[in-house]
Amino acid sequence: MQMNKTATIAISALVSLGAATTAQARDQIRIVGSSTVYPFASYVVEEFGATTDYSTPVIESTGSGGGLKLFCEGKGANTPDITNASRRMKPSEYKRCEENGVTNITEAKIGSDGIVVAQDARDGNLELTREQILLAVAKKVPKEGKLVDNPYNNWSQIDSSLPDREIEIYGPPATSGTRDAFEELVMGAASKGMSGYDGHYTTVRGDGPYVPSGENDNLIVKKIQQNTDALGVFGYSFLDENRDTVDAATIDGVEPTSQNISAGDYPVSRSLWFYVKNAHIGTIPGIEDYTKMFMSELMIGGDGLLKGEGLIPLPAAEREQWRKKVANRETVKLSDLK
Amino acid sequence: MKLKGTVNDPRMQRRYRAEKRFRLYAMSAVLLALAFLIVFFADIISQGYSAFYRTEVQATINYNDRVEMGDYRAAVSDEIRTVVSRGMLRNLPREVRDNPDLKGTSETSWMPVKGEIDQYRKGHVDSLDEELLASVQRLDEAGRLGFAPNWAFFTNGDSKLPELAGIGAAVVGSVYLLGITLIVAFPIGVMTAIYLEEFASDNWLTQTIEVNINNLAAVPSIIFGLLGLAVFINFFGVPRSSALAGGLTIGLMTLPIIIISTRAALRAVPDPVRMGAFAMGCTRWQVVRDHVLPVSLPGILTGTIIGLAQAMGETAPLILVGLIAYIQAPPTDITSAATVLPAQVFTWAGMPQTAFAEKASAGIIVLLTVLLSMNAAAVFMRRRLERRW
Repeated sequence: MQMNKTATIAISALVSLGAATTAQARDQIRIVGSSTVYPFASYVVEEFGATTDYSTPVIESTGSGGGLKLFCEGKGANTPDITNASRRMKPSEYKRCEENGVTNITEAKIGSDGIVVAQDARDGNLELTREQILLAVAKKVPKEGKLVDNPYNNWSQIDSSLPDREIEIYGPPATSGTRDAFEELVMGAASKGMSGYDGHYTTVRGDGPYVPSGENDNLIVKKIQQNTDALGVFGYSFLDENRDTVDAATIDGVEPTSQNISAGDYPVSRSLWFYVKNAHIGTIPGIEDYTKMFMSELMIGGDGLLKGEGLIPLPAAEREQWRKKVANRETVKLSDLK
Repeated sequence: MKLKGTVNDPRMQRRYRAEKRFRLYAMSAVLLALAFLIVFFADIISQGYSAFYRTEVQATINYNDRVEMGDYRAAVSDEIRTVVSRGMLRNLPREVRDNPDLKGTSETSWMPVKGEIDQYRKGHVDSLDEELLASVQRLDEAGRLGFAPNWAFFTNGDSKLPELAGIGAAVVGSVYLLGITLIVAFPIGVMTAIYLEEFASDNWLTQTIEVNINNLAAVPSIIFGLLGLAVFINFFGVPRSSALAGGLTIGLMTLPIIIISTRAALRAVPDPVRMGAFAMGCTRWQVVRDHVLPVSLPGILTGTIIGLAQAMGETAPLILVGLIAYIQAPPTDITSAATVLPAQVFTWAGMPQTAFAEKASAGIIVLLTVLLSMNAAAVFMRRRLERRW
């Protein structure tokens, strides 16, 4: 009867596994959201775990949209407490949150991030405008009043001032938040002012010159070092880490430096955010101290630790303003998001 | 004169030449595969071996009043502060508060330096900030910098400071996950196989089941991730990111592999063994328990080990159940947040700093070593323990 006993034990073990899983209150903060904010948030998470008595929060990189979806699923220990986002919450997301009973949300702006168009440092300087980039990567371009399939294969065909080089751009794939921002801030913004486009145009060509290269920005940096004809599109922090080997193009005459991005002069920059579910304060320990640490000068300040990780700090007055909002747990309203 | 059908016959020689050519093609295929493997191993090892040692600096820590107040920067001299890993200093205020006896004392020891300096000394980056470079050179000449084995790589969890990041938490997570996978998949898989092979009659129902099990073994692993998310997390409320959620999901994935290999092992037992036992009046259960199972056990275990080795390297389904996350501490029980070794490699591979590329390669080396030893154990069992008939 040995086997019978084993079987009984196995079955009862399975049953008890099932029973043990009913959700209990957590003692760890749970954070989800943007892969762009992830390196900064995980830095704060580690510091928080190491220097306080709270247990280290768990942080998952789900993308801004995925994070807000989980965040807005409801209240309670099985939903996240904080979500990071590389864009502001959309009104539709706010409404979904509201429908699920998540109404008391505090918004925090932590800094900015830029998207750069870069090439190998040996290539020299490159000056681009958003219009030129749009014409290089769009699926259709206006020609004699009509939209036609993109005929450009060489930069010099777009503008004679540009180098005689084949158009080859390694950039993020359609699932990436960086791609969303690139489409919005470069293509969308440029197409609005151009005749021939009916307002907003953000469809990327699929015939070869634009090569979607995976979510890993390291890969794009490596590729443009190997293929010096090519350009790469990636986040500012990767430029910062590879200053000695890659060089960023100026866009509309502005260089992607920390100051230019922070001041909003560099056109391809976006703000980074996190959202706190205030209903969880009090049930999940440490949320207030975590947000306080995140908003501190030590972290997001002009000379803060996150600057070393590639975050571009906000101007001092704006930092102070957001720090106050977070400390007072100000609730974000639908009208703020429009 | 040429004779037909002898080696001198031109047709015969043509056939021999054709055979020679074919052998050459086949051999070059093997050589090509081998070359790929060697290039892969050489690349990974050359990139990763340097993570197993690190640069350390001899530093003196003063536990003074200012440290107690929270200003950990005051614990060391200005020069050391620019060089030593911040992760070694930030805990000091808490340490002093927890042990008041430390106050007023000082301690000299070797500590890890910042990741960038470590990378510079290993020759992975060519430039450092000028001031920092001057400090490093001064300390180097004074003999206060040196390489030491990086044990922390095996004991620490993940960290944003590359000099402190390690695979410790991920290894514990992997052990938890494999344990749960084994508990779930082994008994269910073996019992299913025994029933199908020894008890069930051969009809359309068992044939349908068999076809489906074979199909399940070929289903992409990400599908099991979706299933795990829908069933275990959303329906049963298993905590996200927990070893339990991951283990159950991976267990489902491993199940068909165990069933198939167990059935093969049972089928390899010759029928006369069963017949003999039946002839002695044994019931079917006794035949299975006392005669078939004992001799097929090595085969079953081999299949299980291979299934577990595959489970060990799996990442895709774990993304969906939340195990690919920034988790520093090892799990304390099956419901707390855990990460696994391949997930850790995946996370590091996406980081901008060069120091993490080194860590990722080192993680792959560890992962490959574990997988090789698991597979070697399986081969050993098959060779040594299996009965031949």
